[in-house]
Amino acid sequence: MKPSRLVIAIPYLWLAVLFLAPFFIVLKMSLSDLAVSIPPYTPQLDLSGGWQAVKEYWAALDFENYTWLADDPLYLNAFKSSFVIAAISTLITLSVAYPIAYALACSPQRWRALLVMLVILPFWTSFLIRVYAWIGILKTEGLLNQFLLSVGVIAEPLTILNTNTAVYIGIVYSYLPFMILPIYAALEKMDWSLIEAAEDLGSSRLSAFWLVTFPLSLPGVIAGCFLVFIPAMGEFVIPDLLGGSGTLMIGKTLWVEFFSNRDWPVASAVAVVLLVLLIVPIVLFQRQQQKLSEAGQ
Amino acid sequence: MNNRFSWFNATSIALGFAFLYIPILILVIFSFNESKLVTVWGGFSTKWYSALLENEAFLDAAWVTLRVAVVTATVATVLGTMAALVLVRAGRFKGRTLFTGMVYAPLVMPEVITGLSLLLLFIAIGMDRGIVTIMLAHITFAMCFATVVISSRLVSFDRSLEEAAEDLGASKLDAFMSVTLPIIAPAIVAAWLLTFTLSLDDLVIASFASGPGATTLPMKIYSSVRLGVTPEINALSTILISVVALGVILASLAGKRAEISRSET
Repeated sequence: MKPSRLVIAIPYLWLAVLFLAPFFIVLKMSLSDLAVSIPPYTPQLDLSGGWQAVKEYWAALDFENYTWLADDPLYLNAFKSSFVIAAISTLITLSVAYPIAYALACSPQRWRALLVMLVILPFWTSFLIRVYAWIGILKTEGLLNQFLLSVGVIAEPLTILNTNTAVYIGIVYSYLPFMILPIYAALEKMDWSLIEAAEDLGSSRLSAFWLVTFPLSLPGVIAGCFLVFIPAMGEFVIPDLLGGSGTLMIGKTLWVEFFSNRDWPVASAVAVVLLVLLIVPIVLFQRQQQKLSEAGQ
Repeated sequence: MNNRFSWFNATSIALGFAFLYIPILILVIFSFNESKLVTVWGGFSTKWYSALLENEAFLDAAWVTLRVAVVTATVATVLGTMAALVLVRAGRFKGRTLFTGMVYAPLVMPEVITGLSLLLLFIAIGMDRGIVTIMLAHITFAMCFATVVISSRLVSFDRSLEEAAEDLGASKLDAFMSVTLPIIAPAIVAAWLLTFTLSLDDLVIASFASGPGATTLPMKIYSSVRLGVTPEINALSTILISVVALGVILASLAGKRAEISRSET
């Protein structure tokens, strides 16, 4: 049964109005100027003024906010440091997740469903709460320092909360299931007799892993990296609650521009630039997903 | 293959689960702390739970959040089912690429961008912000997750079953309702639960989409956490975690039972 036109039209229109159209509004807003008025920007289109008003409206839009972003090192640094933090945390997440995903794929069949559910379970519990849980652990007088001091590993409490280290821990912790699951899905489908064949032909366990297992798990690794890197780039909650004043991340900058400075045009320009930077990875991710779902058919 | 499960694997799993669960465990333990400090143990007490039940602001926010989550999950699952049918079965049609893009993009879109763009839309069309705008915003991003969950089940669905029903005289709608829907039902339940928790959890998009009248639980938690860490938040978190854990365990048990009964018949 092919879906009827109506079944196509309803979700299509919903996404067009509530997902696509808003981007054009953001784009337009990024070309406006900040003004002391309600709503706080100018120009505002007044259709009663006729064609003349529309022309004036167009003339008033400009790229001033973008030159502002390019000139102010604050924004440039925020973009750069978001990229670095997202990239490093993606790599750490990958190196933590891979052994776990591999172990899940090797685990006895009868435990597997339970183990996979235990990986997913934390993902269902609130993101905010999981980030909050780390505050009590990482604080100067927190549990990690209490533990390390009592064991005698350190003599002075470490300052971890409100540093970039805490942000890395928060991102790795929050996004770990996103990395484990696609890698596990790729490894689970793997034909293990290939490894046996490689070993029979004289390859060591390690080289069999690098030459056979790892390349076969690559689609999962790539999907996992996208699923961690892209949201981490625009992350707000983690740098806000765990990071310090020195932690510059673009999601937080956008939030501050919008809610604290009430500068909607600059916040919109930040959003547009972030989106442009992320379009390449997002399109690549979408292509990969589409290929996978077509392969599934 | 079982012989592949080595000590190295067992250690990876143990360490991985310790990392995933110890922070949550600590949070739960300290919700029963007598002391006001969340890092020093002062004896067992449930006083933070009773304090929570008397906190009007939290209760109001919980009620708002619950209403938003139920409406979001229901509408997003219906829209997601439609979108999944389109993705899996519509073949090529004009605008398919755009549609696929619109379904997958919100999955990875940074929340600050989704939130900001929706807020500007609501302002542009002159809509008063409140509980309705939070619902609209949540449905929009949640339906994409529902689509992915349902389409993965739909892909493996044997279409000849539906054709058989139609050959036997069922109308298209009948065939869908009595053949397809029961088979994809586990995915629909999973999608409902997933979108429900996504809505329950969301802070960023709700903060942009809400107005002065509507505060959700995550917004309330966020503003209290900014003021300082309190055992009351631990107690609230413990309740939320237990509800979600219970739901997930029940859902997976129900799924297992359905599978067993199907394999028996």
